[in-house]
Amino acid sequence: MPARRPETAAARAVSARAFKLPGLSVRAEVPPFPPYVLDYTLDSSDLDRDLLVLDHVRFGYRERKVLEDVSLRFGRGRIVALIGGSGSGKTTILRLIGGKLRPQHGRVVFDGQDVHRLDSTGLYALRRRIGMLYQFGALFTDLNVFENVAFPIREHTDLPSPLVRDLVLMKLEAVGLRGASRLRTSQLSGGMARRVALARAIALDPQLVMYDEPFTGLDPVSLATVSNLIRRLTDTLGCTSILVSHDIDKSFAIADYVYLLAGGRIAAQGTPAQMRASDDPNVRQFLDGGVDGPIAFHYQARPIAEDLGVPR
Amino acid sequence: MMRSLLMPVRLLVDFVAGVGQGALFFLRLCLLGLASLRRPRLVVDQMHFIGNYSLSIIMVSGLLVGFILGLQGYYTLRQFGSEETVGLVVTLSLVRELGPIVTALLFAGRAGTSLTAEIGLMKAGEQLDAMEMMAVDPVERVLAPRFLAAVLSMPLLAALFSALGVLGGYLVGVELIGVDAGSFWSQMQAGVDWFDDVGNGAIKSVVFGFTVAFVALYVGYRAQPTPEGVARATTTTVVASSLAVLALDFVLTALMFGAY
Repeated sequence: MPARRPETAAARAVSARAFKLPGLSVRAEVPPFPPYVLDYTLDSSDLDRDLLVLDHVRFGYRERKVLEDVSLRFGRGRIVALIGGSGSGKTTILRLIGGKLRPQHGRVVFDGQDVHRLDSTGLYALRRRIGMLYQFGALFTDLNVFENVAFPIREHTDLPSPLVRDLVLMKLEAVGLRGASRLRTSQLSGGMARRVALARAIALDPQLVMYDEPFTGLDPVSLATVSNLIRRLTDTLGCTSILVSHDIDKSFAIADYVYLLAGGRIAAQGTPAQMRASDDPNVRQFLDGGVDGPIAFHYQARPIAEDLGVPR
Repeated sequence: MMRSLLMPVRLLVDFVAGVGQGALFFLRLCLLGLASLRRPRLVVDQMHFIGNYSLSIIMVSGLLVGFILGLQGYYTLRQFGSEETVGLVVTLSLVRELGPIVTALLFAGRAGTSLTAEIGLMKAGEQLDAMEMMAVDPVERVLAPRFLAAVLSMPLLAALFSALGVLGGYLVGVELIGVDAGSFWSQMQAGVDWFDDVGNGAIKSVVFGFTVAFVALYVGYRAQPTPEGVARATTTTVVASSLAVLALDFVLTALMFGAY
């Protein structure tokens, strides 16, 4: 039987144990992603199949609409990339999923639960199943590397400290930083800080890991390390990963499915191969880095002649 | 037109809402502060950080204030031939007013600012956000132990300040100027009441502890998560907590020592 993606809790525990093996690199075979269409109606089978679904979500601040109508599906065990220009609402989607923001319309369903109908206890219970990697790590500056990774374990379990120590060292081993466990966070480089944050994000073996711009500001070596780690951890933990990025090459290299956000909507979607082959103007502009195209370079403004007070 | 007419109403509503939010946050800090006793390690760490690092400035200031009080007290009292009461004057000024007040002002400058800046920077670095995403309430985990530690540290620091002040008064009055040591101490013993003077001073320092700790943490927690925002918040902490301490001291003095 080919290496199958672990789905059940027991399988997840096994994969966590397998974690001890250094240099473990299992690339599970990914079943072909079903060709989803954007405008679908949810039925219960969808909710069972996908770990996370955004169902016609709309969100905006007072005057500014961020998301007009966005439906996304995140299959179990997959890496789904959200790409789009700055301010296209990628990070907003992560905040909606984590329950930090509330959609004005639509719903976010995580493993069958509507995130925004949960009370605060339910929401906190849900967040324990989600790991998040922040753009710059967001490590706790008053704790050292070891304590940072131990933080979620200590807060949410009553494990005896030798066990906590073993768990933390295993997680650090997974990101290759077991030797750095006694360093202070101020002694870490940007890439190391991001890997420590990754170890912290997976400390409780989450079902969903959200990566907010994990590639920003890294040197080529750290970049390759981090992107390999994301793929490897997703496969060994059997979790679902959401990758928010505008690094096309890196995210396409590891993602199973890609959504391109523009103007508060899904402008295009597909597997990386489909996206590369696409002739959709949105996709082409984003992939080729064109200034002219449907994605506007200028922030909404009056005509320039009017602003400068000159006749047209 | 309508808008400008409604402006005062709006300001009033905002003000009331702000006061309400502050009061709720204060209550939350008090309750969670008590709850954080279940994890004494966190509180002790913070007491070490907040209290211990304020020790040197508090002790040196206490001694210097004692010197000054001893000298000024002696100069003034000599005019009435009652220089042996200098011990009493120094002690009463310290335990009733200067001990709690100056400690609170120094504490706001030393520990309050560092609390505000720490919380503000944690917010700016998305650390509080990350904590929330890890299903840990930052108010409970980060702010509450700091609040309790600050509240507990203040009376201890104020007591130390007053003790060092009395010692300073003794050094200047008795050792330097030559006031009779016996009358220095016996006047003090006879004139200072445990409950009316020392007790009320202790109550003041507890109230100031709540005030400074609350202002520092609230301002830090509400800071704009930018470098300017944190800088502004740090300044606000010093200004707001100093003014609050002075105003509260006036009210407390009027209530406590009104009978004299």
